[in-house]
Amino acid sequence: MTTGGRIQEHQEHSASGEREFVLDVRTQDMEINMGPQHPSTHGVLKVVIRADGEILTKATPHMGYIHRCAEKIAENVNYDQFVPYTDRYDYLAAMNNNLGYALVVEKAADLEVAPRATWIRMIVAELNRIGSHLIAFGTYGMDIGAFTPFLYGFREREWMMSLFEKLCGARLTYSFVFPGGLANDVPPGWFDELKRFCDVFEKKWVEYDKLLTRNKIFIERTKNVGVIPAGMALDYGLTGPCLRGSGVRYDLRESQPYLFYDQVSFDVPVGIGEMGTQGDCWDRYYVRMIEMLQSVRILRQCIERCEKDTTPGEIKGNRKKTLRVPVTEAYAGVENPRGELGHYLVGDGSDHPYRLKVRGPSFCNLSVLQELLPGTMIADAVAIIGSIDIVLGEVDR
Amino acid sequence: MTVLAFLSNGTVELQGASGATGILKGLAAYGFWGYLLAALVGFALLFGIASALPILFTWAERRVSGRMQQRWGPNRVGPFGLIQALADGIKLMFKEDIIPAQADKFLFMVAPGIVLAGMVSAFALVPLSDSAVIVDTSLGLYLIAALLSLEVIGVIMAGWASNNKWSLFGAMREAAQMVSYEIPFGLCILLAVVSYGSLSLREMSLAQAGGFLNVGNWLIFHNPFFALPAAVVFFIAALANTKRAPFDLPEAESELVSGFHTEYSGFRFSFFFLEEYASMFVISAILVSMFLGGWNLPFVPGSAVTGSFGGELLAVFTMLLKSFVLVFVMIWIRWTLPRIRIDQVMSLCYKYLTPIAFACLIGTCWWELAA
Repeated sequence: MTTGGRIQEHQEHSASGEREFVLDVRTQDMEINMGPQHPSTHGVLKVVIRADGEILTKATPHMGYIHRCAEKIAENVNYDQFVPYTDRYDYLAAMNNNLGYALVVEKAADLEVAPRATWIRMIVAELNRIGSHLIAFGTYGMDIGAFTPFLYGFREREWMMSLFEKLCGARLTYSFVFPGGLANDVPPGWFDELKRFCDVFEKKWVEYDKLLTRNKIFIERTKNVGVIPAGMALDYGLTGPCLRGSGVRYDLRESQPYLFYDQVSFDVPVGIGEMGTQGDCWDRYYVRMIEMLQSVRILRQCIERCEKDTTPGEIKGNRKKTLRVPVTEAYAGVENPRGELGHYLVGDGSDHPYRLKVRGPSFCNLSVLQELLPGTMIADAVAIIGSIDIVLGEVDR
Repeated sequence: MTVLAFLSNGTVELQGASGATGILKGLAAYGFWGYLLAALVGFALLFGIASALPILFTWAERRVSGRMQQRWGPNRVGPFGLIQALADGIKLMFKEDIIPAQADKFLFMVAPGIVLAGMVSAFALVPLSDSAVIVDTSLGLYLIAALLSLEVIGVIMAGWASNNKWSLFGAMREAAQMVSYEIPFGLCILLAVVSYGSLSLREMSLAQAGGFLNVGNWLIFHNPFFALPAAVVFFIAALANTKRAPFDLPEAESELVSGFHTEYSGFRFSFFFLEEYASMFVISAILVSMFLGGWNLPFVPGSAVTGSFGGELLAVFTMLLKSFVLVFVMIWIRWTLPRIRIDQVMSLCYKYLTPIAFACLIGTCWWELAA
């Protein structure tokens, strides 16, 4: 058959004796820009997709639309001045970014941090992790087509943000964790409100579970979709929930404890293929859901230890006002909500870095898309991009 | 009173006038121009009703979704924000009518009209009470099914003419979905036809009067083993036909930006918007007429809601109430469930709904023969 569009039936007999019909329908691939203004690319990501009907044959992620030269800026401002720039890589987890940067400077400059400051750092990091995963949960529901979970997630996130507002005055870009300590101590009564938040949040989590996680349609849309086998996850350098969703138990808080994470007990959830295949979208999603509960567990322990072991006001470490880092190199990685945020710092004895390299987890996680997307449907592509949970601010920096 | 008189006398009859009473029917007696005037006034009236209900439903949708999502919803314009939808409508009317440079202009402009025309015409065929029916023909259901499927042509035109790949995807999804779901939809209509021996929705409602507590003759109670599942199948197919969640694939926001109406704005967009909400009501009203007893109320004998003015008013009220309940369920579903994928939509239709509808149809035939 030569003319396009005609259907030819080859009647062949396969090994099992069944007749096979080969339909020779000529179709043409269509190249479409998904993004940078697409509602579910989570920011300014552009994925150039080739689609044969609803099936993708090729997908190429393009990024760089909000590249802001964070690393180059770091070489031109002093150590403290760079803190607000760290807020802006992963703007949904600014506290964790601040923490990652603070840790690498402290490691290079050999600073000590007061125990109370360390406990508070853990508290804000875990609270921000909850807020970040709530966005991941809400927007993932929206990607799948359920609008209401998004607002449920935002309800609790709103409280989280107002807690941070009480703590440091900012709701999104906190600049709270500084090299050598914190911007300020917690205000009176803050821990009590945080405890109430923990209690309420655990109840609300059950609502999320009923509304979205166990929803039949949601499960049908996410199970066996976008399966990342453990090997592939490691090959692409995935970290965070994307890696743990594939069943690899790797969490920096557990494997290379920083702060006081070795003094608190928590579980590291991994994907087990509960609904379908190990490493599918549902697994990655569920790892995030469980992590929120684990964060609440860590929060409770941290508040208890912080109130018991330390006295209010003692957050000063041993840093001098002007921070200078000797000629040295240091690497510090922290477990961000999206994976390992690594900072590699080269100091030259001055008050600003000679070079600061940032390893953004979203950037590495994004790389798996072009292997994952071909062969899926458009709706699946949206589900997969959502389950990788990238923040474009961090991809481009 | 004029409105009701008009409604109750069925001026725009397809088979011509008989027993002329009422102002508009009088007009029709003046030959062609009178008939034209009657038709125009009738259309304006119909269009008014067909766009007043969607305004109510958009308000309801926004209020209900607001309550479900711990928000207020519109509450500023008018009492309980009731006029908000009207204000939005006025805003849409005054917006610039943008036609993309590369679009097929004629098709792009015509498509929303076709989509809305089918739906407004279908409105005329829905009986609200024994006499409050604009067009009562013996082919009522057949005509409604035909008019409802006219919409898909407009949607495909819109998707194609926009010259936007996302719109095209939306249109193709709509075509696949509508054509597939017409099957269980049609089978459920056939089931009702078999049960009543009529294609007229008015006669169906009349036939459902009486029985135990005056609900015994409602089709879902009269024939519970086959009509009840068929009603559920019909409702699901209706969701798919009206492009409501979880079947909103043609306009899936997170996948196709806005699907087939991505390029539309202003009042052309509002046509699609009106159509969606109008079709919610039309399909609910059909479902009520076929399966849920039409305008019959429990405990109230059927003779009480036909004939007299008060009874007819009660019948209209009952019919609207029952339909609104179904519309509410549609809104409720939309704000609760995620969206289904296109292959799952197809497998749901062909593997589950169609066989169930067939089984119900055959079962009903047997039931009616045995009874």
